[in-house]
Amino acid sequence: MIARLFAGVSPRAAILLAVLLAAFLAAPWIVNDYLLTVLIIILYFAYAGQAWNIMMGFAGQLSLGHAIYLGLGGYVAAMLFTQFGIAPWLGLVAAIPVAAACGAIIGFLAFRFGVTGVYFAILTIAFAEFARIGFDNWGYVNASSGLFLPVKQYVHNDLWRLRGSPAMFYYVILAATALVFALCHFLLRSRVGYFWLAIREDELAARAAGINTFRYKMIAVMVSASVTSFAGVFYAFFYNNLFPEQVFSISRSIEIILGPIIGGIGTLFGPILGAFVLTGLAEALRSAMTAFGVDLPGATQVFYGLCLLVVIVALPDGVWPPLARRLGVGKGGK
Amino acid sequence: MASLRVRGGSVPLDVYLNVAVGGVLTGLVYGLMALGLSVIFGVVRVVNFAHGEMMTIAMFLAVVLCGDLHLDPLILLVPIAAVLFAFGYVLQRGLINLFVTRPEHTQFLLLVALAIIITNVLLIVFGPDARSVQTSYGYASFQIGALIVDAAKVYAGAAAIVFAAALFAFFRYTLLGKAIRACADNHTGALVVGLDVKRLYALTFGLGAACVGAAGTMMVLLIDATPMLGPSYTLLAFVIVITGGLGSMPGALLGGVLIGVTEAVAGLLFTPSLKSMFAFAILVLVLLFRPQGLLGKRLA
Amino acid sequence: MTALLTVDGLSKRFRGLLAVDRVSFAVPPGAIFAVIGPNGAGKTTLFNMIAGAMAPNAGSITFAGEAVHGLPADAVCRRGIARTFQIVRPFPGLSVEDNVTIGALLHRHDVGEARARAQALLQRLDLFDKRERIASTLTLPDRKRLEVARALATEPQLLLLDEVMAGLRPTETDRMVAILKALNSDGLTILLIEHVMRAVMALASRVLVLDHGVAIAEGTPEEVVRDPAVVQSYLGAEAV
Repeated sequence: MIARLFAGVSPRAAILLAVLLAAFLAAPWIVNDYLLTVLIIILYFAYAGQAWNIMMGFAGQLSLGHAIYLGLGGYVAAMLFTQFGIAPWLGLVAAIPVAAACGAIIGFLAFRFGVTGVYFAILTIAFAEFARIGFDNWGYVNASSGLFLPVKQYVHNDLWRLRGSPAMFYYVILAATALVFALCHFLLRSRVGYFWLAIREDELAARAAGINTFRYKMIAVMVSASVTSFAGVFYAFFYNNLFPEQVFSISRSIEIILGPIIGGIGTLFGPILGAFVLTGLAEALRSAMTAFGVDLPGATQVFYGLCLLVVIVALPDGVWPPLARRLGVGKGGK
Repeated sequence: MASLRVRGGSVPLDVYLNVAVGGVLTGLVYGLMALGLSVIFGVVRVVNFAHGEMMTIAMFLAVVLCGDLHLDPLILLVPIAAVLFAFGYVLQRGLINLFVTRPEHTQFLLLVALAIIITNVLLIVFGPDARSVQTSYGYASFQIGALIVDAAKVYAGAAAIVFAAALFAFFRYTLLGKAIRACADNHTGALVVGLDVKRLYALTFGLGAACVGAAGTMMVLLIDATPMLGPSYTLLAFVIVITGGLGSMPGALLGGVLIGVTEAVAGLLFTPSLKSMFAFAILVLVLLFRPQGLLGKRLA
Repeated sequence: MTALLTVDGLSKRFRGLLAVDRVSFAVPPGAIFAVIGPNGAGKTTLFNMIAGAMAPNAGSITFAGEAVHGLPADAVCRRGIARTFQIVRPFPGLSVEDNVTIGALLHRHDVGEARARAQALLQRLDLFDKRERIASTLTLPDRKRLEVARALATEPQLLLLDEVMAGLRPTETDRMVAILKALNSDGLTILLIEHVMRAVMALASRVLVLDHGVAIAEGTPEEVVRDPAVVQSYLGAEAV
């Protein structure tokens, strides 16, 4: 299995990967707590971006409402924890089917009725907004007042209940990102992955080649939704609060897609690189602003918008492909 | 007096009527905004994801000019529409034009980026607090029999109709308008005949933006301006256009009125904050069962 | 010998236009059957119905003893009918090898096996040296052969070729004819739409002529070419 995992990876890429992994593992000992939190956010976006990438980069379905899976994942796990004391890892077991079912509904409605492209994107936005307003008015989850998770201490690391220091959260999200990275690598080389690529490239031709495009699009949506739901669980237990207005917001959906778009849709490293570039630069901007005593709410968002603009105009395939060529890592290490 | 039983008691029918009429008038302004989107999509084939944000620009322009120059929004209607026209023209000619041959989702994301930039620049410049205009008729209302309607709504609705009518006339009777329609019908044909398609596209985007500008100016009579309004109005515009029918100008107005009334009445029957859910429910239903909308033509 | 494909009374109407009007014919197994006719005769519509891209309004299509009319395109392919497109549609961003591997994955679930089969097909169609190239960078004749390779990878019994010779120079046409003849001698039944008479005469054992949606002649190539109705439809009444 491990050998299969490394099939098709050039030696150069493998070394690069190993170096990166070592650096990531050592991080908590090197950087301070603030930077560690920044790294956590970067990895969170890398994870969520990779999950979104499964649907868009591989199967070519543009979802602009991915926040719905975040929100569902977060709320299911958080409610089970606050109401019944159920640990988040078990909560995840419940959250995944919920997110997958939601994805299945959206996918079924869209694909059966031929809603594609931009219309599909609008449909996903509509569903996310529907969830936002719905949860905002649902008393059981505390509606717009928000759901709060009890935090008793930060010193003791309780991995089972996800209560603890930033370092603990860091390793959790690092492991998750590594796992999703491996999952995508595996998927891309599997029969399912090939069929997704075919659908992305030319759905009509894919059908003519015997591919049941409805089934495979559904699989893509459901896998993407399930993987994203963990990000929601993490979000809930890391921030310890959930507001429908924030977690289901279209801003969350757009934040998720920025990484992959800037890094490169459909590539393996794209979402990770994109998350780094984006969050890294945003933090630099924030630090610079604080240093100059400037306080502009919304400046980071303008910055994100400009980055997106620049990438779309100048680097349509994202930052990763040209960089990969430079590094000599090419298609193998994609 | 006739009434309907609803949650919390019964509401007299004439309250419904007042609310519905108010909804129609508000809906006309929504419709004008959506008309801009319809025109842009129908001709240039660009899905303007920054539509609501453009309206927010217009709203803030109206607030600022109204506040500083003490000019009534109704007077500011034409100037602000003109400013937005220029904005739209330059945007299309300078930026969006580059993307005509690129895949659809790239174009879409370009406008997403613009939307983010516009919303947050407005946030930086004006801050998050709501701004409103003070007009002489702000609290006035008209009464016809049992019907009581806000004067502001009547003026806004009337202005929307006038503006839309002017636009219809332009497309129907002027040479330029016909040229634009030709472009929309048959891009290659238009090129063959010698029409300057790029310029016509820019003009059309400008016109669409002008609609948005006019709608925004009217909108300040109805609600307060905040920078974060953009996304919800972009979505509303899409719901209206898709419901009314893509490429159908009367459809956009019809859709606007429909959504306006639905929202208003739903706000009365249920919790007001849930009323947006109805707009989305309608969108989903339309996308699934009648994707060409009420008055639209079936796309190939 | 029972026919592999039987089309019976097939009709397709588009609003006011009757594109295909009660067309019937049978393709014996192992044959190369050509459908010819002037532009707008309804040939591609006929093809699209057989391939499952659209459903007929009337009539039936029977393949290997089973009714296939109205089935979606992917189901038709799984039953054993593969097709190419009039305007070539390879998967543009993927490599030549990946393109064909995807076709092979239909019936071979193991990626390694599918890839091996793809490579064998690429050898056969003279594309093995270009297997790493991205499909969109290929020349037109190469892309046509790629589409044929991908279609073949799905292990069909019947191959539908929609104007596969269009845009090819005479040498390339001959090359394609040779490949198709070889495939046919291995047992593949071929149904092709074609304008290039050179290829039709060289390949087809039977020809069907369509004009304005109606079958006006059927027979061997030699018979059909001399049929007065056929000559009239192509060249006009004066030519007869």
